[in-house]
Amino acid sequence: MTGLAATGAPFTVGTPALNFAIFAFFVVVTLVIAVSAAGRNRSTNDYYAGGRAFTGWQNGIAIGGDYLSAASFLGIAGIIAIYGYDGFLYSIGFLVGWLLVLMLISEPFRNTGRYTMADVLDLRLKAPPVRAAAAVSTLTVSLFYLLAQMAGAGALVSLLLGVKGSVGQDLVVAVVGILMIFYVLVGGMKGTTWVQIVKATILAASAAVTTLWVLSRAGFSLPSLLQHAAASSPAGTRVLGPGLEYGVNTTTKLDFISLALALVLGTAGLPHVLMRLYTVPNAREARRSVVWTIWLVGLFYLCTLLLGFGAMWLVGGKRILAAPGGGDSAVPLLADKLGGTLLFGIVAAVAFATILAVVAGLTITASASFAHDVYAGLVRHGEAEPVDEIRVARITAVVIGTIAVIGGIYAKGIEVAFLVGLAFAIAASANLPSILYSLFWQRFTERGALWSIYGGLITAVGLIVFSPVISGASSSLITDRHVNFAFFPLNNPAIVAIPVGFFLGWLGTVTDRRPADSARFARMQVRALTGVGAERGGRA
Amino acid sequence: MSLFQPSRGNAGGTADSYQSPPWSDAPPWNVGGTAVAQPGRTSAIGYEAVRASRDFWTIQRRYGSFVRPVCTLLIIWYFLFVMIAVFAPGFMRISVFGDVNVGLCFGVLQFVSTFAIAVSYRRWARRRLDPLSDRLRHRLEGGQEP
Repeated sequence: MTGLAATGAPFTVGTPALNFAIFAFFVVVTLVIAVSAAGRNRSTNDYYAGGRAFTGWQNGIAIGGDYLSAASFLGIAGIIAIYGYDGFLYSIGFLVGWLLVLMLISEPFRNTGRYTMADVLDLRLKAPPVRAAAAVSTLTVSLFYLLAQMAGAGALVSLLLGVKGSVGQDLVVAVVGILMIFYVLVGGMKGTTWVQIVKATILAASAAVTTLWVLSRAGFSLPSLLQHAAASSPAGTRVLGPGLEYGVNTTTKLDFISLALALVLGTAGLPHVLMRLYTVPNAREARRSVVWTIWLVGLFYLCTLLLGFGAMWLVGGKRILAAPGGGDSAVPLLADKLGGTLLFGIVAAVAFATILAVVAGLTITASASFAHDVYAGLVRHGEAEPVDEIRVARITAVVIGTIAVIGGIYAKGIEVAFLVGLAFAIAASANLPSILYSLFWQRFTERGALWSIYGGLITAVGLIVFSPVISGASSSLITDRHVNFAFFPLNNPAIVAIPVGFFLGWLGTVTDRRPADSARFARMQVRALTGVGAERGGRA
Repeated sequence: MSLFQPSRGNAGGTADSYQSPPWSDAPPWNVGGTAVAQPGRTSAIGYEAVRASRDFWTIQRRYGSFVRPVCTLLIIWYFLFVMIAVFAPGFMRISVFGDVNVGLCFGVLQFVSTFAIAVSYRRWARRRLDPLSDRLRHRLEGGQEP
């Protein structure tokens, strides 16, 4: 256990060798699981959807594993540890959004699609350009999300393994990338799902143990924990209420509303979450799995609230901010304070495994979208041999993994929860309008779909480019303060981009001279609500 | 594990056991060979008849009657919380007991309401929606014309 050296000496916690051993243990265990669960992966059904053989609770936990990324574990607790209550607002948005998935998306989606989001739109509109658009937005959202995870990985590395210097850090990011490519190549959806289940279980268990530990320090009294936390923060009891991070002025307040919108609507548009709905035998199991996810995610976020305040009390905001990775290192540091090097090693390795698993989930989603939508659907007009399609998916996984590694090396040092907030904003503006319109709006047409997907996507990404995220602020990606093209004042584009996506979908539809195909909508509705003709699953 | 078996064929539930893939144009009750197929007809006409049927109308109305008000209320409830946090942080700081303030209770209530809605939707759907949609699906897949 070392204190913060004011002289700027290397900041290490724990024993790198021990951390490395624990981490290696996790990697070996998950690899064994991925390989042994993989099966043959000969059909696309096996490779993309795990044979649709998972039960509701298995898939529910796996969705939790996909969803509880580094942003949840490290990011939210870190924001709470530094800004207090404002971090809690993140977790509420992340959780409430699941109700929309449960009631509006899960069953219709499972009933009308096959492997990807584009399948659902295709059933409704039967238009190759729409499939292409859906693939483009799936790939964009997945890449943004990947970038966030890899940034988190890079930040953790120096703290975790005592790897110093830029090259060593980059090397570890590369190793993470190679490992997760391996999971996906060998395991397919079945292997990846088991990795998610194991990871989610370990993650939830270690969060619960650490939370109980924190509570025991406070005599199992919540008021006492809050009191200690507030007492050790320079802001005092103000950390127990909202506004410390976002209440500064009107712009930050608007920014927060924008973020809240992205969080609650983004979940229902996340491609890697939607794809998981296909791994169960039928819509009823899809519904059950989302209820399981809500329990897991909700209880986990309640733990992060206590962990965040615990870190504020026991570690202190100043020390957290000084650590490599900043706020994202709050939980590992808290673990070190509580249980010494062993608990630190475990928590840090769990955080690392979390990143690894989420990256694997994203990679399989992105590669499925490319192979199934672009290659099989558009290039081969639906005539591709499964063997060829899977081969393309595997090649795509390698390419995406490589892009993620390179992106992660450049993106390190950006706050993870913040980057994930951007991915949610893009998902909510580009994907959600067309999904909801195709499921529930009779008049929706091809042009409406194209306008809403591309319009939402371009608006969201464009506003991010011209926001303080990229230039013009002290925390921008471009550090040169003379370069400033940030004419959009908010960090999160959701408050503009989501309405634009919905509006363009409406406008494109009502100005379309070709009428909507009402027979297709009838089929969509009947299939969505009854499950007629939906692809059934095998046995677990 | 599948809760129900396809009404004909592939009782073993192999990975590829489906009758009409959702991306094909044909309604499933014309595909399996037991039904009287009507080749050459506009494929989805059968679905329009189903949609116009009373049974389907009931399913649709029930689904809407739960989902529409609940989704509206939960969005209002969530944004009420967000707006108060942003524009009336002072209200959130009012103490309930000790350092536990209104904001914390309000936040935890969001969790509680989320759990409650999830569980009640699942129960409601199992009781009120599933029997109806099962019946309709079995009839359609049983090869009868709607």
